[in-house]
Amino acid sequence: MSTLLLKNGTVVDPAQGLHKKLDLLIADGKITGLKEKISAPDAETHDLQDKIVTPGLIDMHVHLREPGQEEKETIKTGSKAAAAGGFTSIACMANTDPPADDVSLIKHIQEVARRHGIVNVLPIGACTIGLRGEFITQIGEMQRFGAVAFSDDGQPIGNAQVLRKVLEYTGMFNSVVISHCEDKALTNGGSMNESALSTKLGLPGIPSASEATMVARDIEIAKNFGRIHLAHISTKESLDLIRQAKKLGAPITCETAPHYLLLTEEAVGDYNTNAKMSPPLRQEADRLALIEALRDGTIDIIATDHAPHTLDDKRVEFNLAACGVSGLETALPLLYTHFVQTGQITLERLIELMSVNPARIFALDKGTLKPGAAADLTVIDPRLTKKVDKTKFYSKGKNTPFDGWELSGWAAMTIVGGQIKYTAEKGVWLKA
Amino acid sequence: MNPLGIKDLLGLKNLSAKQINLIIQEAFAYKNQFSAPARIKKSLLDKTLLTLFYEPSTRTMTSFNVAAGRLGGRAHNVSVSASSVQKGETLIDTVRNLEVMGFSAVVIRHSHGGAPQLAAENTTLPVINAGDGFNEHPTQALLDIMTMQQFKGDLKNKKIVIVGDIAHSRVARSNIWGLNTLGAQVTVCGPATLIPRGIEDFGVMVEHDLGRALADADFVNVLRMQHERQADKNFIPSKREYHRLFGINEKRLAKAKPGLLILHPGPINRSVEISTPVADGKQNVILEQVINGIAVRMAILNLLIGEKP
Ligand SMILES: [Zn+2]
Ligand SMILES: [Zn+2]
Repeated sequence: MSTLLLKNGTVVDPAQGLHKKLDLLIADGKITGLKEKISAPDAETHDLQDKIVTPGLIDMHVHLREPGQEEKETIKTGSKAAAAGGFTSIACMANTDPPADDVSLIKHIQEVARRHGIVNVLPIGACTIGLRGEFITQIGEMQRFGAVAFSDDGQPIGNAQVLRKVLEYTGMFNSVVISHCEDKALTNGGSMNESALSTKLGLPGIPSASEATMVARDIEIAKNFGRIHLAHISTKESLDLIRQAKKLGAPITCETAPHYLLLTEEAVGDYNTNAKMSPPLRQEADRLALIEALRDGTIDIIATDHAPHTLDDKRVEFNLAACGVSGLETALPLLYTHFVQTGQITLERLIELMSVNPARIFALDKGTLKPGAAADLTVIDPRLTKKVDKTKFYSKGKNTPFDGWELSGWAAMTIVGGQIKYTAEKGVWLKA
Repeated sequence: MNPLGIKDLLGLKNLSAKQINLIIQEAFAYKNQFSAPARIKKSLLDKTLLTLFYEPSTRTMTSFNVAAGRLGGRAHNVSVSASSVQKGETLIDTVRNLEVMGFSAVVIRHSHGGAPQLAAENTTLPVINAGDGFNEHPTQALLDIMTMQQFKGDLKNKKIVIVGDIAHSRVARSNIWGLNTLGAQVTVCGPATLIPRGIEDFGVMVEHDLGRALADADFVNVLRMQHERQADKNFIPSKREYHRLFGINEKRLAKAKPGLLILHPGPINRSVEISTPVADGKQNVILEQVINGIAVRMAILNLLIGEKP
């Protein structure tokens, strides 16, 4: 296998407390050297002057739609989008059609990913059969064949007794359950945040309590029965509960998504279905609370909740439109431009949120550039400034509220297992 | 562009006082000609109006049909009883098809808020909102306003109470927008389960005691209690309790301002939101609203698509 030498990049690796200009040598898919001057005359050499080299970004919350909804996305197109967005690993949610609630589905996803995956595709298994919240799945078997976590995402597990069993059972395998926090009775068919604005637009609202009451329930259940990772947190009330629970040592972690950090319900504007998400976009006070929680450590991870949809799924009445945003290709530059460049968080913190913590929480052997580690790297170009152009997305999902935003800090190069999969100049490289 | 300066009538949220007054003046002019229909200028000759109703409403559809007819136009009615929706045809496809069929305007009634706007953005045809979800019902609000003006003139500082299911009411929303724009003072009254979040932000008062709300009111606009919907969803415990707390009856009227006038968008649930003596009494202007509805719809059709002299 070829060797790769990356020279003069600014290496930012919070796992080792590193932030300096270093050369990096890669051989046989692993990092073999990391120091000031490396010379390897036979290696393919890239000069990364003015660029930042970080551990590969990991997105633990992605919907790839395969099997069953290939018109929205496939493992191939989704992983191309991931590479273009600077992600080296993505975990795909189980709410496919059929759902990934059995070892055969996990094997199938692994097989398609092996053939067509551009980045590491890590399957998440369903917690309950058919995502119906009734009977627990073969969690042990699925983990044995590669499921990295378990989730019924898209649906909450409404029955607390079922959730208890799922947690007790996953606990035997040291796996993590990802919870979609939503009280469906309070959501009650709503399609946007419940507020004066939903009243003004005449749209059925979803109160923030729909999320917070489930967060509160999950915290109590986690304290008693096992570890829970709370998906896509969107409200101030949830964060207050999580902060308090963490202080008391509850085994919970949580994530938010870039759209909750950058947009409010105002983005719904005049029934803009690209701003329809589950949970819905909230208010400015929630957004500011999320940013504060990024800083104080209440939020552990930023995940995209990449939810690609066809144009037809969105070009309908707001109440009927599908929820979600195609997020993989915009997350890094959005966060870099609006939080790192503005000084609201450090670059180190961003890498913690997008690589170190996902690896730690889900026990992945990733998230660092230590010699010996897998050579999964993201190269960021802080000087590259361009507009988001959804027509150029690799993802089949062109559903984004960020089209036309001018951003910096795009991925310049994505390296997975020592192979370059994407460069800003050439785009995604297909396997030979 | 037409005298209103808008392609579509989607709601009163974004209409100015000037635009509202223009429609209502025109409506009064038509109403004055009702006694001699031959005098009405046939400004809709060769025009065909399509009423596209995704939700049944005989009244509103009929009113539009009559209005088009009096202006010499024709109307074609399509009720989309889920059949087309079941076939998977999108609203956008539907309006694009209608556009090439040569209709002059389309009147849409839809169960989802924002649907007429989606249609309007995807067709060159003028779109008139005949009620969308619980968003707006502009022609109903305009006829309500016209009726109020007919009896009490300028509505500035007049006190109007809207009572009933505010949360699921497009009539309430459109009334609030229009009345606020014209300087009236609006109070909404109903059970807390049926008052939507943040309604105070629109400059209305919220009152759960109907007696207090009516104390100095000039008008009360009584919304239809859609108990076939609300009772199932547990918004009110019973029709009986609802009538006791929020129903308009003679006892309540006796305590209110003597000249209080009662509006109702119809059809009435007798003994629920309104008692029979009141429904048949002198203080209600319900049938006048029906007549004004035709005049308002004639005005809108003429302003949007009428042949200009
Ligand atoms: Zn979810
Ligand atoms: Zn999700």
